[in-house]
Amino acid sequence: MKVLVPVKRVIDYNVKARVKPDQSGVDLANVKMSMNPFCEIAVEEAVRLKEKGVATEVVIVSIGPAQAQETIRTALAMGGDRGILIQSDTDVEPLAVAKLLAAVAKDEGADVVLMGKQAIDGDNNAVGQMLSTLLDWPQATFASKVEIGGGKAVVTREVDGGLQVLEVDLPAVITADLRLNEPRYASLPNIMKAKKKEIATKATGDYGVDVAPRLKVLKVAEPAKRSAGVKVENAAELVAKLKTEAGVL
Amino acid sequence: MAVLVVADNDNAHLRDTTHKTVTAALAMSGDVDVLVLGQGADAAAAAAAKIDGVRKVILAESADVGHGIAEAICDTIIGLAGGYDAVLVPATSAGKNFAPRVAAKLDASPISDVIEVVSADTFVRPIYAGNALETVQTADKTKVLTVRPTAFKAAGEGGSASVEKVAAASAAKSRFQSEEMVKSDRPELTAAKIVVSGGRAMGSADEFQKVIEPLADKLGAAVGASRAAVDAGYAPNDYQVGQTGKVVAPALYIAIGISGAIQHLAGMKDSKVIVAINKDADAPIFQVADYGLVADYKAAVPELMAALG
Repeated sequence: MKVLVPVKRVIDYNVKARVKPDQSGVDLANVKMSMNPFCEIAVEEAVRLKEKGVATEVVIVSIGPAQAQETIRTALAMGGDRGILIQSDTDVEPLAVAKLLAAVAKDEGADVVLMGKQAIDGDNNAVGQMLSTLLDWPQATFASKVEIGGGKAVVTREVDGGLQVLEVDLPAVITADLRLNEPRYASLPNIMKAKKKEIATKATGDYGVDVAPRLKVLKVAEPAKRSAGVKVENAAELVAKLKTEAGVL
Repeated sequence: MAVLVVADNDNAHLRDTTHKTVTAALAMSGDVDVLVLGQGADAAAAAAAKIDGVRKVILAESADVGHGIAEAICDTIIGLAGGYDAVLVPATSAGKNFAPRVAAKLDASPISDVIEVVSADTFVRPIYAGNALETVQTADKTKVLTVRPTAFKAAGEGGSASVEKVAAASAAKSRFQSEEMVKSDRPELTAAKIVVSGGRAMGSADEFQKVIEPLADKLGAAVGASRAAVDAGYAPNDYQVGQTGKVVAPALYIAIGISGAIQHLAGMKDSKVIVAINKDADAPIFQVADYGLVADYKAAVPELMAALG
């Protein structure tokens, strides 16, 4: 069984994004970049499937600038087998990303696409669902537990107010939520080994997908700042202020 | 132009996230219909018919849409989408599950988590965990949006729209097996007037229950948690407030033992009044708190309980 894992290079989780003064976007120059945390969880899950003997090959794919190769290497160091970089120096919208990934999934003959539920830059939470639609495969999003066997996946999903268990036929698209697993740190020997693993470089045009943006970004602005209020001395003063001053109790 | 709002409901109840999404739809067009999906969902459809400004309610029923199966919901919406210029979906987990599918079928670029309708084709949405607000314009023939309910006022009730029934689709390759809903008498997190949240400082699931839950019950509040507390296993994931969890905007948000990581602030900074209790005076949560109490929660929460009487 072949598992395809798309990964995205994004601003590091711990770095605060800053808006460019001309409001054209977020300033990513000289900012630490890392693998999107939800993608890390998906990579970990795919590698565990391989370790359990369920998956035979884990293929990592990323769409992004040349530096996204580092993100693929990180995934290979975690246990991925080989990588595909679809190079693009401009932002690719979720719809075009889904179209590219659909082409790769078909090319590779993947049985499962395991991916993060959202990237922490665009916060769209859309690509997995769109990919499943384009491939006409079933989807199981926001997974907190995945069991694969007998041509099916049984997925426990995080839904509003609790959990839902869904059974889907393979091939399928599964998107990872936070509690699916805790991703491993790659060991030094595995990081060294990953350097020798194959990464194929492609262009968006190789898949015949039109990646021209559909949305026009008019501006990117900073949200209104919330200013710090007052410090209270004790709980009694707090309750008094909430009752009289704020009027919320 | 005509807009289709997909309701957020179980069979018996319509959630007010629907009313809020109708408000966003009315900012785009006067012709707003509401689609209620479910199985035996007449009560939810009747509630939707009362929302002010709604032209018509469409009730689509099947077992699969009743279980929230995305493929079935998407195909049902696609069957109706030809009559509309935009489809608006509340940005709940359920809504985010199927809205992008609808967009993919229509070859549209979905716009997630809209917090402001600038015009019928221009919208504002948060990116980078709310650290930036992006204004985007779409030329898609049928626009597909998810709407962040906390950013809009709920539409009133007093209407009497007609309810029309249509058949809903089924899913061939996905099957619902079971669900486990958290049973609680507390208000729903995203709809609550008051939210009490606990962070990693709680140190254990036991302590979380002993400290946060009684205070929440005293205030009639919903219980929330930071991602750190959820990751540590002190609270279930559906308590999680933040970029990767739920976005809340109650009248009063009380953060206890929460440092205030960017990702948490993204989920609660639009609350009307924010209270922070933390023993670290330099915790970033104090930079957004209207009222800060620098104290160990172990002493402060019992005192707060006593002061509330």
